[in-house]
Amino acid sequence: MSSSPSSARWPSCAGWRSPPIPSTRRNSSVDSATCTTARKLWPIGMEAAITKKDCIITAYRDHCTFLGRGGTLLQVFSELMGRKDGCSKGKGGSMHFYKKDANFYGGHGIVGAQVPLGCGLAFAQKYSKDETVTFALYGDGAANQGQLFEALNISALWDLPAILVCENNHYGMGTAEWRAAKSPSYYKRGDYVPGLKVDGMDALAVKQACKFAKEHALKNGPIILEMDTYRYHGHSMSDPGSTYRTRDEISGVRQERDPIERVRKLILSHDLATEKELKDIEKEIRKEVDEAIAQAKESPMPDPSELFTNVYAKGYGAEKGEEGGAPGGEKGQRLQMNLCHGDITAPDCKEWLGPWGNH
Amino acid sequence: MWGILRQKVVAGGSPLVRIRPVVSALRSYSSAAKEMMVRDALNSALDEEMSADPKVFLMGEEVGEYQGAYKISKGLLDKYGPERVLDTPITEAGFTGIGVGAAYYGLKPVVEFMTFNFSMQAIDHIINSAAKSNYMSAGQMPVPIVFRGPNGAAAGVGAQHSHCYAAWYASCPGLKVLAPYNSEDARGLLKAAIRDPDPVVFLENELLYGESFPVSAEALDSSFCLPIGKAKIEREGKDVTITAFSKMVGFSLKAADILAKEGISAEVINLRSIRPLDRATINASVRKTNRLVTVEEGFPQHGIGAEICTSVIEDSFGYLDAPVERISGADVPMPYAANLERMAVPQVEDIVRAAKRACYRARPMAAVA
Repeated sequence: MSSSPSSARWPSCAGWRSPPIPSTRRNSSVDSATCTTARKLWPIGMEAAITKKDCIITAYRDHCTFLGRGGTLLQVFSELMGRKDGCSKGKGGSMHFYKKDANFYGGHGIVGAQVPLGCGLAFAQKYSKDETVTFALYGDGAANQGQLFEALNISALWDLPAILVCENNHYGMGTAEWRAAKSPSYYKRGDYVPGLKVDGMDALAVKQACKFAKEHALKNGPIILEMDTYRYHGHSMSDPGSTYRTRDEISGVRQERDPIERVRKLILSHDLATEKELKDIEKEIRKEVDEAIAQAKESPMPDPSELFTNVYAKGYGAEKGEEGGAPGGEKGQRLQMNLCHGDITAPDCKEWLGPWGNH
Repeated sequence: MWGILRQKVVAGGSPLVRIRPVVSALRSYSSAAKEMMVRDALNSALDEEMSADPKVFLMGEEVGEYQGAYKISKGLLDKYGPERVLDTPITEAGFTGIGVGAAYYGLKPVVEFMTFNFSMQAIDHIINSAAKSNYMSAGQMPVPIVFRGPNGAAAGVGAQHSHCYAAWYASCPGLKVLAPYNSEDARGLLKAAIRDPDPVVFLENELLYGESFPVSAEALDSSFCLPIGKAKIEREGKDVTITAFSKMVGFSLKAADILAKEGISAEVINLRSIRPLDRATINASVRKTNRLVTVEEGFPQHGIGAEICTSVIEDSFGYLDAPVERISGADVPMPYAANLERMAVPQVEDIVRAAKRACYRARPMAAVA
C-alpha cells in the first residue's frame, strides 16, 4: 500500500468503529452525531478517484466525508461538542460540517435537499467551464424524495456533470428499504439516467466506479451510483438499532462484509504490510483520535457575541459593507427606550443581549 | 448626440464599451421627468446587472423563450443566450435547490417564481438551504441569490394565487426581504439585491408592473443602487404616520391626499425593505407625528403591521397619542367574487378611516366622565 495521503486516511476511519462518539447535546432523534461507521469507509475510495476541485455534498452523516476532504480530527470533535475550534465554530453542529476550500459543501439536515443543491453545484461547474464534477450523496431513505427526481430531470435536460450517489444501507432510520420503496433498485430509478450498482463495502470497487462516473458525467451528463453498504449502529444516539432488525443480521455483515477487514486481508495477502505494522498504524490513529478529543474538550465554547455574527455575509446596505450582524445590531438602528417610563423588563444580567443583540 | 455625450459622463466617465440595455430607458434627456413602467425598470435592472457581472444568470418558468410570464425578462434570452437565461420545468423544489447550489459555488442566480405562491414548493431551500447557510457554516458559505416574482393579491385569481409572503420570509434571520413600490424602487432595489452577497427575497406586485412612474436621471444610471434596510418618506406630514409597502404605498398616498383636504397631514413611509426593517425611520416619524397606522395587503395575524406596531410600542411608547392601528387584508382565504375580493384587501377609504380614528383619539379621558 502506498503511503499517499489518501490511503493514510483509510485507517483513520477505523477509529470510528467503536464506540460511537457521543454528542453532548440533547438526545433527540435527529441527533445523528454518531453512527458514522463502516458504511463510511467508501468516501475514502471515492476520494482516491477524484480531486479536491470536484465537489461533494451530502446529508447529515458528514463526519468522514469532511475528514476525507482534508478536515482535521480536532475540527470534527470540537464541532460535535459545540466548541469554537469546530469546523463551523460550534454554530453548525454534527449535521453542518463544511469545507468550502476543498469543495465540500456540507452537511445538510433536510433529507433529500442536498440532491438539488448538488445538481446546482454541477450546474455552476459547467457554467464556469471547470471540467469538474459533483458527487451528491444521499441515502436509500432520501431516494424517494420528489425533489431528487426534479433535479435529476433538469440535470439530464441540461447535461450537468452530476453524479448522484445513493448510499444504500437498507434502512431509512428505522424503516427497511422494502417498506419504503416499491422499487429498491435505486440505481435503476433514474429511468432515462444510467445507473451502476457498486459494492460499497469494497473501497477499491468504489474507487473504480467513481472514476468511471466522473468520466461519464463530464461527457454525457448525470449518472447514478448505488453503493451497497450497511449501518451497524442505530440512526442516532436515541436509536438502539435493534428494534427493526436482528442482531444476527448486524453481526453477520460485520463478519462477512466489513470494509476495513477486507482491506486488511488484501494488504496482508499481498504482503504490503505485516500484521504488526497494521496494528501499529491502528494504535497510532487511536492515539491521534484520543488526543484530538482531549484537545477538543479544552477548546472553549464560542463567545456569547458569536450568537449574532454570520447571520448575513454583509451588513444591511450596499453602502455599509461591514460584517453582518442581526438587524438592529447597531446602536443607531434601535432607539433608546425612554427611560422616564422605567425599564421594568430588562433583566439585570450583563449578558442579556435581547432578541437583536443590542439591548 | 448631446444626450449620448451626457450618457457617457453620467456612466462614470470611462469610455467602456457597454452593451446597451435592450429596453433602453436612456432616450433623450429633457427637463421633464422621464416616465418608466415598473416592468421596464425591472427589465433594465436585470439587463444591466447581467451585463456587468457574468456570474449573474436568470432561471425560472417561461423566463426565456416566452419572454417572461409578465414580460419582465423580455429580450434577455436573445441578448445573453440560453446558458444565462434558463427556462425551467414546472418543478420549483428542484430548480430552486439547483439555484441555491449554484450560489454555493459562487455564481449569482436570480430565481424567478411565477408568483410567490409557488415558492412554497421551494420554501425549504429558501429557508434551510439559503437563509441559514452562512450562519451554520460560521461564514464559509454565503449564498448570493435573489428570489423574485410577484407577491400578494392580483385581481380575480382566487385564494391559492393571492397570498402575501412578506411576513413569512421577513421573520427568518439570514434573509433580506425587499418590496419595491415604484420604478425607481424597482431598479435600485433589484440592483442592490443582485449585488448583495446574501439571499434576498424580492417581492414584486403584478398589478404594479404596468404602472408608470417618473424616474430621475440618477435612477437611470447603470450604477444606481438603493440601500437595503432604508425606508423612504414618500410624503412628509406631521399628524399621523402611515407605513406601507408595494401597492399599498400608492393607496396610502391617495389616502393622504384625501386626509389633507380634511386638515390631517399624513406622513407616508414606503418601507422598501421589510427585512431589515427600518425601525429608526419609522420610530423617528412616529416621535414626530405621535400616531401610527400600518397598512399591508397580507393577513393580519403575525403580519408586518404587527411587527411595526410592536417596534413602535417598544421604542416610542411615550410618544404615542393614540393606540397604534394596523390595516391589513381580511383574515380569510382570498375570495373570487369581485365584491368580496374588494372587501378582502385594504382600500383607500379604509386607510383614511384608520388615520382619522388615530387622530380623533386624542380627546382627554376627563371629558368622557
